[in-house]
Amino acid sequence: MSEHEPEAPRDDGVERPPPGPLKSSVEQERAAAEIAAAAEREAETKTLDLGAGLSDRLIVAITGTSLRVTVLALVLAFAIGGVFLALSEEAVREALGYFTSRPSDTFVLAWEQIRASYAALVGGALGSPRALTETLVLAGPLILTGLAVAVPLRAGLLNIGGEGQVIAGGLVGGWVGFSVTGLPLVLHLPLALLCGMLAGAAVGWVPGVLKARTGAHEVISTIMLNNIFVAITFWVLTTTAFQVPGRADPISQSILPSARLPRYIEGLRGDIGILLALLIAAGIFWLMERSTRGFELNAVGSNASAARAAGMDPSNSTIFALTTAGALAGVAGCLIILGIDGRISPGFSSGIGFDGITVALLGRGGIGGSVAAGLLLGGLKAGGRSMQGATQTSLDLVVVIQALIIIFIAAPKLVQAIFRVKVTDDRTTQISKGWGA
Amino acid sequence: MKLELRGITKRFPGVVANDRIDLVIEPGKVHGLLGENGAGKSTLMNILYGLYGADEGQILIDDQPVELRDPGDAIAAGIGMVHQHFMLVPVFTVAENILLGAEPLDRFRRFDRNEARRLVTELIERYDLPLDPDALVEDLPVGLQQRVEILKALYRDAKLLILDEPTAVLTPQQADGLFASIRGFTEQGRSVVFISHKLREHRAIADSVSILRRGKNVGTLDPRTTDEQEMANLMVGRPVSLVIDRPQPTVGEVVLDVRGLTVTDPTGVRVVDGLDLQVRRGEILAIAGVEGNGQTPLVRALTGLQGITSGSVSVEGRDVTELTRKEILRGGVGHIPEDRGAEGLVADFTVAENLVLNLWDAVPFAKGRSIQFAEVQAHAERVVEAYDVRTPGTTTPAGSLSGGNQQKLVVAREIDREIDLLVASQPTRGVDVGSIEYIHEQLVVKRDAGTAVLIVSSELDEVLALGDRVAVMFRGKLVGPFPSPVSKEAVGLMMAGVDPAEALQRGDT
Repeated sequence: MSEHEPEAPRDDGVERPPPGPLKSSVEQERAAAEIAAAAEREAETKTLDLGAGLSDRLIVAITGTSLRVTVLALVLAFAIGGVFLALSEEAVREALGYFTSRPSDTFVLAWEQIRASYAALVGGALGSPRALTETLVLAGPLILTGLAVAVPLRAGLLNIGGEGQVIAGGLVGGWVGFSVTGLPLVLHLPLALLCGMLAGAAVGWVPGVLKARTGAHEVISTIMLNNIFVAITFWVLTTTAFQVPGRADPISQSILPSARLPRYIEGLRGDIGILLALLIAAGIFWLMERSTRGFELNAVGSNASAARAAGMDPSNSTIFALTTAGALAGVAGCLIILGIDGRISPGFSSGIGFDGITVALLGRGGIGGSVAAGLLLGGLKAGGRSMQGATQTSLDLVVVIQALIIIFIAAPKLVQAIFRVKVTDDRTTQISKGWGA
Repeated sequence: MKLELRGITKRFPGVVANDRIDLVIEPGKVHGLLGENGAGKSTLMNILYGLYGADEGQILIDDQPVELRDPGDAIAAGIGMVHQHFMLVPVFTVAENILLGAEPLDRFRRFDRNEARRLVTELIERYDLPLDPDALVEDLPVGLQQRVEILKALYRDAKLLILDEPTAVLTPQQADGLFASIRGFTEQGRSVVFISHKLREHRAIADSVSILRRGKNVGTLDPRTTDEQEMANLMVGRPVSLVIDRPQPTVGEVVLDVRGLTVTDPTGVRVVDGLDLQVRRGEILAIAGVEGNGQTPLVRALTGLQGITSGSVSVEGRDVTELTRKEILRGGVGHIPEDRGAEGLVADFTVAENLVLNLWDAVPFAKGRSIQFAEVQAHAERVVEAYDVRTPGTTTPAGSLSGGNQQKLVVAREIDREIDLLVASQPTRGVDVGSIEYIHEQLVVKRDAGTAVLIVSSELDEVLALGDRVAVMFRGKLVGPFPSPVSKEAVGLMMAGVDPAEALQRGDT
């Protein structure tokens, strides 16, 4: 075969039929119509094939949601959350008891409760330097686990394994953090982070290889790996390698100061974890939006057969995407252990791997979106605590609001119906009707 | 049954798919529907079958207005439809598929197999459409699957049968068989709506033909007194050339050399069976054949999408059987895949991205690991212009283009670089006449630039029009090649498995 410069799609000197001037006015009209029709179709939202599986549906639910639906879902979730808030207040329930005689009491009390709670929520997230640093320190790991879902999503994979990857990163990063001694901060901290990242990557690599080589569905294998790592945490925390000498409780030794994420304000928990997360997010943005690898991942995620036909390697992309996801979640684990917690305790991941799904969902699978959603959720978490302090509302309400957000985003038709925004033409379900329906 | 459509209008956001269409289908007649992709044929039939509601207009059956809200209504009204893509359950038997939704039950309300077999056997005999009621549908060739679909409609006593592109999957001889069945239906007083973009078939079977263009009925005419050129012009809206202007080839050295190629499928069947072929620089070898005779695995094996069992494939003297797909493509092979939606394009990607899909990490579109978006953009603007891809812009998702323009995009991507060999599989499937004309021109231009071109197509007209040499693929083996011209009848017979010597002889007379 002659050695062409494969890259150069160049003018090979061949005469092509005159491209520009169209043949007649009919032809021009026709071309204009074709272009207009294409422009119309472009405006339509994403639809699904009939055979699409559960994870395909989730992927479309995430990447196909419009910004408008996302915002409306947030509004709805807070509105319904408000109803729960009001009902959780004793005085409101009492007022409800004589609702028919004096309905205004109920409304006044309910409004006061909702206002006070949400004011405390916002205040606890943004109202003071302390609140702000709390938001940021909690947002860092959330951004990373969000990206750990968003990146595989773009490659057509659903990573439910954030939790296990966070745990692996935290365990290994933490172990390096307290067992390696004598290193200065500039070496020790990066070493701990790197080891945590590699541990997470290894845990992500496993389902990637299983999927690429054997077809094992990544949702199943990542869920199972979560279970394994939750159990492993309990076990390693009872070994002498982790435990504080002379103690029996399952809590690790403290991370050495040389491996702790430096705090930027004395006395507050805010550390450089958020900067690290933002830096990594910038790198991931380049990877997914600007690099050849990202082009490949996106192509494989949208149409793996076409990607393969174009000379790409979908198996390789699968492994790469899940390994990268694991690395991101691994760093998130390190941010918790080396930053916020300072030692490893059972359940330190506290569902942050699953929160990553919410973050990616809220961020519509985008990199910038995940950063924004991570900050929002960080704020919710920080604010929720101060709300609990100020109005005795249970912290679980924040969890309820989070869950409501997901439900509304996953059910865009519901949101559209509630707000009476235009529902797109539902042609795919129509075709599914067959004979004698 | 007489069916009348009056002023049917259907609008989709921004497009009028059907614009005040009037149509009368007389009882016992075959009414042809001719039009390019996107002309509104399918929309109209989906309205008639109750899948869409019309925005305006009326449907009358035997002069009585009817409302068809869903396919149930349509079936009750005596309308049956055979979709282009069959709606069968592959793992069910013929009888089960035919009776699905109207199954006979026994005393215990279980599916009554014996009764089912009896009903279906009776049906098969009555309409003289031989089939084994107990065969699994997935084991049947497409021609017979189509028969199952037709029987399904007849079992529901369809008085009007809509056949959507029924010949797309048939050999010319099988199509003749289908036409005979259609005549049988009309003799019983049933009406048939026959949708096809092949002019010749309308002349063969239709009593009247309505031509749709951009949602409008631009004329109903008698196909037997109207010539094909006139019908084509009406359909496209401008004079089109049905004959490709193809100068004699200047043939060079062998580029593609295939020897004893055997490919087996996962069940061990030899789908490509000891096949030899050579394609030279500057010539087009066109392979005809009914789908499922090994063309797909042949093309996939040649282009590195599928492994081979034995034999050799070399391009420009280099053995490519051990190379990856990427190495083969970058080494100078272009491939137009048979299904652009599945393998040709990433629908979510922009036009510009799709135009570099096979060169995404090569200079100048990538520098190191960074995509050079400016280069990609400039390239797209040039190619869109040069190949007349009609798109609102280079950043439009490829999936929103019309079928013809999507295909032009794929063709442009594969031929707008220097290649030694172009393998084109069904290069104009599902493409409108205007785009077919253009794509054919481009393939000939590429040939004349010294590329070896291999075309695999189930469109006989395409094979005969483009091939400098013509071969037929039958049961994994190659019949021929024969130097062009070969008569259509002879190739048709060979596609059906008739011995080549006999086919050539019979085809000549």
